[in-house]
Amino acid sequence: MHPALSIIFFTTSSGVGYGLLAWIGLLAPIGALPLTRQFGAVSLLLALGCITAGLLSSTLHLGHPERAWRAISQWRSSWLSREGVAAIATYVPALTFAGLWLFDARNGVWAVCGWLAAAGSIVTVICTAMIYRSLKPIRQWYNRWVIPNYLMLAAMTGALWLTAVLAVLDVLRPAATALAAVFVLAAAAVKLAYWRSIDQNSAGSTLASATGLPPGRPIRPLDPPHTEENYLLREMGYRIARRHAAKLRTIAMVAGFAVPLVALAFAWLLRGAAASAVLALVAAVVATAGVVIERWLFFAEATHTVALYYRGEASSSVR
Amino acid sequence: MTSLPAPQPGAKKLGLVIDLDTCVGCHACVVSCKEWNAFGETGPLPEFGPYQAEPWGVWLNRVHTFEVGDGEDGRTVYFPKNCYHCEEPDCVTVCPTGASYKRAEDGIVLVDAALCIGCKLCSWACPYGAREFDEDGGVMKKCTLCVDRIYDENLPEGDRIPACVAACPTSARHFGDLGDASSAVSKLVAERGGCDPMPEMGYRPVSKYLPPRSIRPTRVRDERPEHKTAGGNGFLQWIDRVLSR
Repeated sequence: MHPALSIIFFTTSSGVGYGLLAWIGLLAPIGALPLTRQFGAVSLLLALGCITAGLLSSTLHLGHPERAWRAISQWRSSWLSREGVAAIATYVPALTFAGLWLFDARNGVWAVCGWLAAAGSIVTVICTAMIYRSLKPIRQWYNRWVIPNYLMLAAMTGALWLTAVLAVLDVLRPAATALAAVFVLAAAAVKLAYWRSIDQNSAGSTLASATGLPPGRPIRPLDPPHTEENYLLREMGYRIARRHAAKLRTIAMVAGFAVPLVALAFAWLLRGAAASAVLALVAAVVATAGVVIERWLFFAEATHTVALYYRGEASSSVR
Repeated sequence: MTSLPAPQPGAKKLGLVIDLDTCVGCHACVVSCKEWNAFGETGPLPEFGPYQAEPWGVWLNRVHTFEVGDGEDGRTVYFPKNCYHCEEPDCVTVCPTGASYKRAEDGIVLVDAALCIGCKLCSWACPYGAREFDEDGGVMKKCTLCVDRIYDENLPEGDRIPACVAACPTSARHFGDLGDASSAVSKLVAERGGCDPMPEMGYRPVSKYLPPRSIRPTRVRDERPEHKTAGGNGFLQWIDRVLSR
């Protein structure tokens, strides 16, 4: 599948934003985070900023962005619509939470709004993941690891940015650092499981089933239906060489998981020094870059059944 | 509304039946579809730089060519592919705005260009590649089963069929109500064993393909045993023997 940069940016940015919002919404009401207005303002501005930038970016790939508001109407059947509804709905408790915090009115309503914002964030990320998870023609997406993958990466990047904000504004807290490290490991495990799953599973559909012709006889494409590229090939015929994908997977693992873990460890060891804040920021930034690469691969390694008609096999494994 | 319509009594299931045995790959259906949709109801199918080095545009019907079998068993199968107006199409249910819909009265799947936001999710959901994005209009385009021809009272009744069906010179394309077991197309499907493309997807395509008939090997005339034992004209047989020495 053609990796559209606007969508890659959207899912990464909103993943960071929803992950961060969820952690703040869960942890602040139980007093696990500094309750100063400064901390509230910076952390929630970062979270809501990432979410909003991501959502706006997603409208860039539309043919008619001015009609994007219509996308909330079909929540009964469409996961994309449900994602829109969840995203907009989450703004309500999130903005209330931020507003009450900034006006020093942290009461019971504030706490409930925090938890609702956290719940809304999780629901929105699940809806985003379900858009891909529910597409049968794309076997790498019609996979049970996709939802855990999106959730873990959002939780991981959210926790890393929370740790970074804490380190810069306040002090590096053991609980936050440990949380971030745990989720880096969890996200890495889920990512590896996903890659193993798509590497091992073979396609259910073949050119024979795609044409409905009786099975048992070899069938291969002879002449292409057209000499020029078309929308189908450009959007769904994207192929990446397996050795190229392997290299990118390694880079994604190093940037997304290994470097952040090491940086976090050193940030913890050097806590109290200015270097600690820098290292925590490095962990968050490099992890986010790693997620961008991971998301790019999520698209590039995905194959669509329409490729069967053109190539005889949907596989993206070009030597 | 992108939930699928509730089944209506008396509703038709309009679709095509494509005969892979008689299709010769002439692409007349491809050209006629593009030509009809240059001015049809759903708006023109765009083209960019049609006479330049890299033409680009939208067109809805395409004919693939496959080689089936090996060696003596091998044959070329031409495979025209366009929207099958499936009974349970995910392309309809994934649409977030309700632009993609399936008509309850005849099962035709259409795009309402006034609602479409061009998010392309429906084209991802279609396993067959029936939908394309119109960069000019910013909306998705697909086969309309010539809904603007089949109900057009201004056309003579024999012309109220999709453009691709009208254009086919070998009558490889048939149009009708596949929900009616007594219709000509349903009988054709039953007779020839019509099949669904990619049935494992579960979309339940309405249009069907008729598989190629098995080949009877062609035999050259003078190898036929009856030629040698025919009574026939004794004189000609004598000539044949003389010339065969």
